[in-house]
Amino acid sequence: MDKKYGVYICKGCGIGDALDIEALSAVADEEGLPVKTHEFLCGKDGVAVIQKDVDDGINTLVIAACSRRVNTDVFRFPGCIVDRVNLREQVVWSHPRSEFPALTEDQKDDGVHFDRVQMLAEDYLKMGMARVAKVDLPEPYKVETLSKKILVIGGGITGMAAALDAAEAGYEVTIVEKEAQLGGHATEWRKQLPLSDPYERPIAPVVAERIKAVEAHPNIVVKTETVVARIAGEPGEFIVTLKKPGEKIEFDVPFPLPDEMKVDENGKELDAEALHKKYMEYNKGKKDILTLDPNGEMFGAVILAAGWRPYAPAEGELDHLGYGKLPDVVTNVQFEQMAKSGKITRPSDGREAKTVVFVQSPGAGDDSDFAYTGAVTSMVALKQAGYVREDYADGKAYVFYQHMRTPGLSENFYKSMQQDPGIFLSKGEVVGVSKNGSGLVVEADNTLFGDKIKVGADLVVLATGMVPVTKDDPVINLAYRQGPGFRDNALFDDYADSNFICFPYETQRTGIYAAGGVRRAMTVEESIEDAAGAALKAIQCLESVNRGVSVHPRSGDMTFPDFFFQRCTQCKRCTEECPFGALDDDERGTPKPNPTRCRRCGTCMGACPERIIGFADYNIDSIGSMVKAIGVPSEDDYEEPPLRILGLVCENDAYPALDMVGLNRMSFSAEVRFIPVRCLGSVNVIWIKDALSQGMDGVFLLGCKHGDDYQCHFIKGSELADIRMKKIGDALQSLALENERVAQFQVAIDDYDKLPQIINDFVAMVEDLGPNPFKGF
Amino acid sequence: MTQDKAAPASQSIMVVGGGISGLTSALEAAEVGYEVFLVEKNPYLGGRVSQLNQYFPKLCPPTCGLEINFRRIKDNPNIKVMTMTEVVKVDGQPGDYEATVKVMPRYVNENCTCCGECAKVCETEISNEFNFGMDTSKGAYLPFEMAFPARYVISPQIIGTEDAKRCKEACKYDAVDLEMTEKTITLKVGAVIWATGWEPYDASRIDNLGFGLYPNIITNMMMERLAAPSGPTKGKILRPSDDKEPTSIAFVQCAGSRDENHLPYCSYICCMASLKQATYVRERYPDAKIYIFYIDLRAPGYRYERFYKKIKEDENVFFIKGKVAEVSEDTETRNVTVTAEDAVSGEKIHQTVDMVVLATGMQPTAAGMSLPAGLKMNADGFFINDFEKGGVFAAGCANKPADVVSSNQNATGMALKAIQTLVRR
Repeated sequence: MDKKYGVYICKGCGIGDALDIEALSAVADEEGLPVKTHEFLCGKDGVAVIQKDVDDGINTLVIAACSRRVNTDVFRFPGCIVDRVNLREQVVWSHPRSEFPALTEDQKDDGVHFDRVQMLAEDYLKMGMARVAKVDLPEPYKVETLSKKILVIGGGITGMAAALDAAEAGYEVTIVEKEAQLGGHATEWRKQLPLSDPYERPIAPVVAERIKAVEAHPNIVVKTETVVARIAGEPGEFIVTLKKPGEKIEFDVPFPLPDEMKVDENGKELDAEALHKKYMEYNKGKKDILTLDPNGEMFGAVILAAGWRPYAPAEGELDHLGYGKLPDVVTNVQFEQMAKSGKITRPSDGREAKTVVFVQSPGAGDDSDFAYTGAVTSMVALKQAGYVREDYADGKAYVFYQHMRTPGLSENFYKSMQQDPGIFLSKGEVVGVSKNGSGLVVEADNTLFGDKIKVGADLVVLATGMVPVTKDDPVINLAYRQGPGFRDNALFDDYADSNFICFPYETQRTGIYAAGGVRRAMTVEESIEDAAGAALKAIQCLESVNRGVSVHPRSGDMTFPDFFFQRCTQCKRCTEECPFGALDDDERGTPKPNPTRCRRCGTCMGACPERIIGFADYNIDSIGSMVKAIGVPSEDDYEEPPLRILGLVCENDAYPALDMVGLNRMSFSAEVRFIPVRCLGSVNVIWIKDALSQGMDGVFLLGCKHGDDYQCHFIKGSELADIRMKKIGDALQSLALENERVAQFQVAIDDYDKLPQIINDFVAMVEDLGPNPFKGF
Repeated sequence: MTQDKAAPASQSIMVVGGGISGLTSALEAAEVGYEVFLVEKNPYLGGRVSQLNQYFPKLCPPTCGLEINFRRIKDNPNIKVMTMTEVVKVDGQPGDYEATVKVMPRYVNENCTCCGECAKVCETEISNEFNFGMDTSKGAYLPFEMAFPARYVISPQIIGTEDAKRCKEACKYDAVDLEMTEKTITLKVGAVIWATGWEPYDASRIDNLGFGLYPNIITNMMMERLAAPSGPTKGKILRPSDDKEPTSIAFVQCAGSRDENHLPYCSYICCMASLKQATYVRERYPDAKIYIFYIDLRAPGYRYERFYKKIKEDENVFFIKGKVAEVSEDTETRNVTVTAEDAVSGEKIHQTVDMVVLATGMQPTAAGMSLPAGLKMNADGFFINDFEKGGVFAAGCANKPADVVSSNQNATGMALKAIQTLVRR
């Protein structure tokens, strides 16, 4: 693109009152860029001024006005590169003239005084001009052959619902189910929990009709006794190898080398080729991930609905409840199977079980439910109590719970089951189950029936949990260099869950969406709903790939990382650090990008020591040029030159928070220059080194909270940045600079009230350190 | 009944309600490629969650996710946002509806730059409903700091006054339009999602819990605003009677919920909300005593159970299983005594505290309104989905009480149900 520049400066919202617009215009003028000013640039007339220039061939615009977070639609000019210079929120609103006075005539050019606010505005304008010179309009990435078929892993209630929902929207779906029939656990139930209002009574299982619907649907192919050997490729063109359960084939997914195998006997890290050799030995009999299965089937997106398995208590774990020792103490899943096969009887002797005690919590001094449970296990206990009453007119069911967990409208179910005179519900801590003649006796404390009570029982049922199958096995078997499963499931007790409350379908693997019991302990109703959501996300991913744009959170972003491979040193950092496993390196360690796996955070760009990764509109050079555009006054300019500090800020949270500082007319040091970044993970240390070696006095990063409850939208970005900043110390010492000159702060979007202090404290600290000795060189 | 198969299928979806569920449905459908009209009665999007200080169990600010969602809207021309708009009528059948909507005057047009000059000159203070009346705002106001659209509103209360004229004169951008009137617009859509959300149950209707009688009894939603940096106290939790920092706080669970006289169902979120609010108190007041009176602590699942466990470790948080029967006030100190019966021991418990938070529940916004939803409603005002018929769906808390995660799951799924309606045609 042959760039034709135009600079537009708005004088509205106090900008014109606070700044010397003529002097500001001169900054653009000096660069030879045509500049126009307007009283009200976002108004119809103002926009018309820009539009006329665009019509006349201007295609690279620097709009110096308000924050890019506002008037986004107003200042959108298709086909043009646009930079929004934030003069309003981050210059004039947050640096009022009352605190940062303009110069008097005498003070101008006296070599002592300077106008901090004007300098700030001029720097930002220069930075915007520098950026547009270095960025290009993105062109979408298109996969070679797009498949719009969806693979559903698991043919239980969730998988079938997801398949039906996607099929009903017109997409072709294949379900793979490891068992010989569809239906999963639901085929083993006598009754199920209600699916709709009034949510009062258990209903006949819907699984049989669902199986029929799936089998009859023209858009759905069912493959039973089938599992996924590997999923290679990327969204839009996943190459999937399927196999029979238990089979060993060459396209079984290889596993990454354990860390201890990545070093030689002296603890030194192996080089790329030695690593690859070892990896192939470790995965003997399996093809490398980059070898595509010529017989593989192509899919565009995957829904993981592999479900759960019953919790298997460890030996001795539930001794106090008699589990494993007394045959008439069973789990809820075992009880359900018994109830499904006929009247409820005792496993020990086959006699009628007329009095059954349901235990909701393992007790032992704690009021937690069993592991891997949820509201569903409370509801199942109530449902199963109903079975006792169905089978025996004189049957009695006791349910001991610490907390009856029937949230929302499932309260109706609780209330309705309470009505049954043969069902006794009580808070209580079950302290022991023991044998008493041919029956059992359950001891419970602090019940509603008394402080310490004993209840005779024929059978005791423990409300044990639903373990996600991803605890045992990756299931999705991704042929990704980072490994075959989702990462960090340990944070979620091994569920394949999302970390984000707002975005429940976020996974660390683009194009693969989990639903149902693999994500959380859920009822049938919740699983069916969840399946619809996952199906939508799978479809949305396909359509985004089709348009060549990113999915959430940078939905619609057309850029993708571009690599200049000639300079790659095969250090593998990008492959290892990508939060989404988008890169697979080959046997020499050269990364192979998979753009549709990518979420465009730029973590690879931040990781690359050779600086060979960049995006069309966001790259090492574009940000580096902005840094270099910042004026660093020295003693040659002023007696006591002001400090210059660079702030690299997360554009999702810290940048809006800075805008809020302005909106609230709070103020902070005018010595700081902010550059928004896609994610702190994308911050390359070269920018920091550049800033310091050009004489800037300090650099800080503002980004999201990390740790277990991380708020980083790109999972690891702020955490990685933190690690990199800690490592930068050595480089600083070689420049004879103090470590404290580089810092990172964790801020949430609503921390704007704390930001001025964070910024000012840092500036004061740098002031104490004194100016950067490189200043002026 | 015969259907006119030749009728042109509309490829648009109307989402009613711009809270977290409606935003989710709208965005998820739009990012598949469908045109969406997002209709919201307030002057801003974000609904109930925009009033929350933090989400449980991550303790992260809702504005973070809202910011992303607003950015998704700004970047997506498929979504047409209509604020201050209510649906009057919906006619038609699945795939082919005609919706009539009424747009209320904002008295501020798209010229507004959000500079705030109108608010500066406005003298009238009006009750700030965003903060549940705990403070006032100017008659010309920005609903809240991160409001989207970022545009001021002129309250109808000042229309016709000198104040309104002052606002108009103060605006350099001709953004104040006092002549603005209500408008009616017709939208052609193929499917409709009702995401009308919930209202906090009116605590003053719970006679025995003293809300409205005693100033130091507040609701959980008021607590969210007190704890929010953008709230009436800028994030300080102070008791209303004297702005004192409380040294003891009682949370009264099921204030209205699980009660046949009020809300017979469980409101899903209040247990977790109170546990979360205990962390607000603890963060500010390391020694404050916190008493939580409950029937059952509904913290199911690995995440919530883990959160609950963490709160239990705090030795100044006391859990009392018992429903609060009454409250009384010491007229001098304005302290409140909460009386409950321990459900297990039967013992009467009296606890005097500086401040009481009622964990009031959620009532569907649609309850008691006659919305043209084309869906059946249960006795409590929740819409019942009819997937056989399709075309019109309820999402989020308009359908049933739920937390944010479940609402968003549900809302994402409903976007697909709406799309299916369009595809089928």
